[in-house]
Amino acid sequence: MYNLIGAGLIVIGGGIGLGQIGGKAMEGIARQPEAAGKIQTAMIIIGALLEGLAFGALLLGK
Amino acid sequence: MNIAQKTTKFLTIAVIALFTTVNFALNSNENNQGEEDGGKVNTKSEITAYIQHHLADSHDFSLFSYTSSEGERKHFGFPLPVIVWTSKGLVTFMSSAFHHNDDGHVIVEKGGLKFAKIHSKIYELDSNAATVSFDESHHATNAHKVLDFSITKSVFGILLASLLIFLGFTKLAKQYKTKAIPTGLGRALEPLVLYVRDEIARPNIGEKKYRKFMPYLLTVFFFIWILNLMGLTPFGFNVTGQIAITVCLALFTLVVYISNGTKDFWMHTLWMPGVPKLLRPILAVLELAGFLLIKPFSLLVRLFANITAGHSVVMGIAALMILLKTQFGTVGATGISFALTLFLTVIEILVAFLQAFIFTMLSALFIGMAVEEHEHH
Repeated sequence: MYNLIGAGLIVIGGGIGLGQIGGKAMEGIARQPEAAGKIQTAMIIIGALLEGLAFGALLLGK
Repeated sequence: MNIAQKTTKFLTIAVIALFTTVNFALNSNENNQGEEDGGKVNTKSEITAYIQHHLADSHDFSLFSYTSSEGERKHFGFPLPVIVWTSKGLVTFMSSAFHHNDDGHVIVEKGGLKFAKIHSKIYELDSNAATVSFDESHHATNAHKVLDFSITKSVFGILLASLLIFLGFTKLAKQYKTKAIPTGLGRALEPLVLYVRDEIARPNIGEKKYRKFMPYLLTVFFFIWILNLMGLTPFGFNVTGQIAITVCLALFTLVVYISNGTKDFWMHTLWMPGVPKLLRPILAVLELAGFLLIKPFSLLVRLFANITAGHSVVMGIAALMILLKTQFGTVGATGISFALTLFLTVIEILVAFLQAFIFTMLSALFIGMAVEEHEHH
């Protein structure tokens, strides 16, 4: 039961983080469409790092 | 129960809990499942067991199975060789000898020894035992595990992927000797190779040094990508969802960037210039932990968890077919389940590429950090 609450909290945290990354990246692309490729790559890397953190927490939680 | 099983179980539960539709279906169906199967089978636990069985490695391919009208369980699939190192040396036989039994009831006699398969692990029975006996916690008391070198489903998958990569790329390499532009399969592979070079290796490792690491990055990229895609076929490979495989891949990356670390890299890791002397040992501990533990750990966990979660969700959604049968009828439930599974599988194709890309990208990033040479001021 507590595991599931913890999993929920992790997902909320990860969701907020991913939302921030995605939102800012889109703002960036809207301002500078010519830099879209670079912004996308950086976005995916940061997203992956965040995902690693969240998955690590999910694994350690159990 | 080992760690991998625990984690898969937990992830399965976590993922299923996220999908309220699945949850609703599971709960609402608990009450009315008794009539259909005479109360013998618990549909919910059977589905969980089925998903766990799929996620784990196994000694044979099972495509599908059903119970015939005579009450006989029919299996469709094909067996794989079992190769075990026992107290009497090497013993080999086909896994079909176990007749798809997985709880130790079928005993195989080979080379003067008796074997049983319990939860996809091969056990050797003690010399005087005829059947496997279990204690309260369901551990075998008169049998022990053997060194298992079997060609299991995952090993078969790795061999197949290696063969595909080898054939595809030797063909591509040969074409460059006679033609300027490759034809056929090579034309599809060339842009991917260029993509890894221009988008992953060059920007992250640097113009001067990227060439040396191209073979490793290309191998890792295509290995993970092809195995991820093979996981979406009905054969049910789950190779990149085995934690042992991702641990090995992450260790390869660790060895590559540690063994190629420059003097500058080690100095910046162990004795960071430009910060107060008192802080330097603390920074060294943090940096070392980051490079030796956290970076490989995040690499291996990301790939493992993504593929495991993906497979669990696809199988969970496919199970809606059975769970929603009472509410929507056979055709309706199958339609809903088919549409959702198709949608998720398309997303999984994207994830298959994305995970291979991210693993390669982060490997290149870490290698880039290790081989970087700083200008001294």
